[in-house]
Amino acid sequence: MVMPTGTLSEDGIHIDMNHLKTGEVNLGTSIMAITFSQGVILGADSRTTTGAYIANRVTDKLTQVHDTIWCCRSGSAADTQAVADIVDYHLGMYGTANEEQPTTQTAAALFQELCYDNKDQLSAGMIIAGYDPRHGGSVYSIPLGGSLHKQSYAIGGSGSTYIYGYCDSYWKEGMSEAEGVDFVKGALREAIKWDGSSGGVIRLVVLTNEGAVRHLYLPDQGYKGPGTK
Amino acid sequence: MPGFDFSNHNRNAALHAQGVQLPKATSTGTTIVGAIFDGGVVIAADTRATSGPIVADKNCEKLHYIAPQIWCAGAGTAADTEFTTAIISSNLELHALSTGRKPRVVTCMTMLKQHLFRHQGHIGAYLVVAGVDPTGVGLFTVHAHGSTDKLPYVTMGSGSLAAMAVFETQWKQKMTREEAIKLTSDAIQAGIFNDLGSGSNVDVCVITAEKTTLMRNYITPNQRELKQRDYKFKRGTTAVLNEKIITREEISKYVTVHELSSDDDVVVVEKMDIDA
Repeated sequence: MVMPTGTLSEDGIHIDMNHLKTGEVNLGTSIMAITFSQGVILGADSRTTTGAYIANRVTDKLTQVHDTIWCCRSGSAADTQAVADIVDYHLGMYGTANEEQPTTQTAAALFQELCYDNKDQLSAGMIIAGYDPRHGGSVYSIPLGGSLHKQSYAIGGSGSTYIYGYCDSYWKEGMSEAEGVDFVKGALREAIKWDGSSGGVIRLVVLTNEGAVRHLYLPDQGYKGPGTK
Repeated sequence: MPGFDFSNHNRNAALHAQGVQLPKATSTGTTIVGAIFDGGVVIAADTRATSGPIVADKNCEKLHYIAPQIWCAGAGTAADTEFTTAIISSNLELHALSTGRKPRVVTCMTMLKQHLFRHQGHIGAYLVVAGVDPTGVGLFTVHAHGSTDKLPYVTMGSGSLAAMAVFETQWKQKMTREEAIKLTSDAIQAGIFNDLGSGSNVDVCVITAEKTTLMRNYITPNQRELKQRDYKFKRGTTAVLNEKIITREEISKYVTVHELSSDDDVVVVEKMDIDA
């Protein structure tokens, strides 16, 4: 018999402290996605940890699930990869079975269904961002419980706690692409600086009607370059 | 009553609750590595298998065959790495046969991760997957919970920190085949010498578009030396103090003596009946 760990509070909600099994690969993360005048920008650090060890220092936490629908992954690496792979499969089928491509909302709804229905077994915090011709750029956040929130920008992961103030004071609606890149990069710089579980390079993806463009910013170049190169 | 009997599970749980230790599986406290080079990929492993503090096997094989051009290095629970690689090797061959194409490294990696994710980390297999397929060179790590990474050089197992230290200081882009073999075997040796869970020999497997070369015991830095002394004593070491010969006639007084003409005539004491 497996004994549950943690505490049972007065309202009967059980908090499982050992939810992440020992040795599980964790994305102690800083992730975010924003809308801007032309579309959306996704951003993430690149650190993957197993306990105190950095298992991967150049991780790609920005995952494509359709042409211009991407997601930022935080929490368990295994869980978020599995969820993203399933959504990737469903959107692929949607794109071929229907005349039109899936919208960001459709993708986000798929993510939510998986995250909510399996909430007891998953530790996945995801941000879905995409560009579709009907709605333009949109950002959805799905935190741990599996709720779905449409936002103009979203931050997530352990590093996000350090940048609520930064984001709140520097955020502007309808920024240009250059302003948006600077906003995301500046926020993630701070998150990486203060959060020990975040680090490495900064990866960005810019999604517009032109398609997807990747950016890379290295710590040894002061997160200034090489950009899109 | 039809169905399974789970009473032993309840018994084991009760015993465990009373403080009885569960049996330990043989784990490969291991160093395994992989690195891409110009024109192929090389993986390497040590050969020590441990069961707690005991060295269970001094020269085990941790490089597993998946397909002719795809090989796996395994760390974690020995039985789990053995069986997961075997089952994915089997399924990948059927997949290759039904599609009429050569198997791909990503396909292998995806099958492994989906298999391991389904079992929620209970299958303790930590793998380095490497190979060459029609799309090019592939190198991945797969963790027991089902997460994967794609990198130009990777290490896993208890000796991964020692091995990564070698990679992080000596690795360079576009190495030759010989440079890659030297680097990976050096990384394994770092594990062998600096990690208690790793030891014995270095196994290396080199995969290029042309062919796969498995170099079993490529380096043997822990050969047993000849013992300086032994326990074989020369004839006459012990002095003969006295000698007494007992004749057959004499012993016949006490026991029955049978005459045997040769070794072939061994008497069958009792005939055994075998079911028809």
